[in-house]
Amino acid sequence: MAPTEIKRRIEQGIPGARAQVEGAEAHYSAVVVAPAFEGKSRIEQHQMIYALFREEMANQTIHALALKTATPSEAQSEKGL
Amino acid sequence: MSEDMLDQIKKEITANEIVMFIKGTKEMPMCGFSARTIAVFKELGRPFKTVDILPDPRIRQTLSAFSNWPTIPQVFINGKFVGGCDIVTEMYQKGELKPLVEAAFSKK
Repeated sequence: MAPTEIKRRIEQGIPGARAQVEGAEAHYSAVVVAPAFEGKSRIEQHQMIYALFREEMANQTIHALALKTATPSEAQSEKGL
Repeated sequence: MSEDMLDQIKKEITANEIVMFIKGTKEMPMCGFSARTIAVFKELGRPFKTVDILPDPRIRQTLSAFSNWPTIPQVFINGKFVGGCDIVTEMYQKGELKPLVEAAFSKK
């Protein structure tokens, strides 16, 4: 699965999300900033993303998807996101 | 989902202050993410239990259905799901993990 495809799916699946995705060969990492994360725990934020790739994670097309999530305000105060 | 398996998983989660479901063992983790998570908890210096999910595929199936979390490792502290490698690492870097761990042990 191409990182661009993962990025597209995240940005389509989570309203207002902005994603940077890297990786290859079933191991990827993504930084995702979305207003939809507001008021959600880190676990819930990651679950929202995993839910978009349920099938790929079950059949190991994606073995690992390392995640870093933030709301837009967190992303502003934490440089580098 | 196997009921016996679910009971066993729940028992591990409630019986241990810290328990993590990993690939391999504490001494010989079979996946980089499990290894990194173990390293974080070794750093924190409190005892923790590991459960190897590799010998029986039903462990992972049952666990992931229970926690709604697709990946391994999975860490539980004080009976509560805390997250996988990314969340645990981030919490550790932000200084949030140590207080959670200490609270689990001071409750006894």
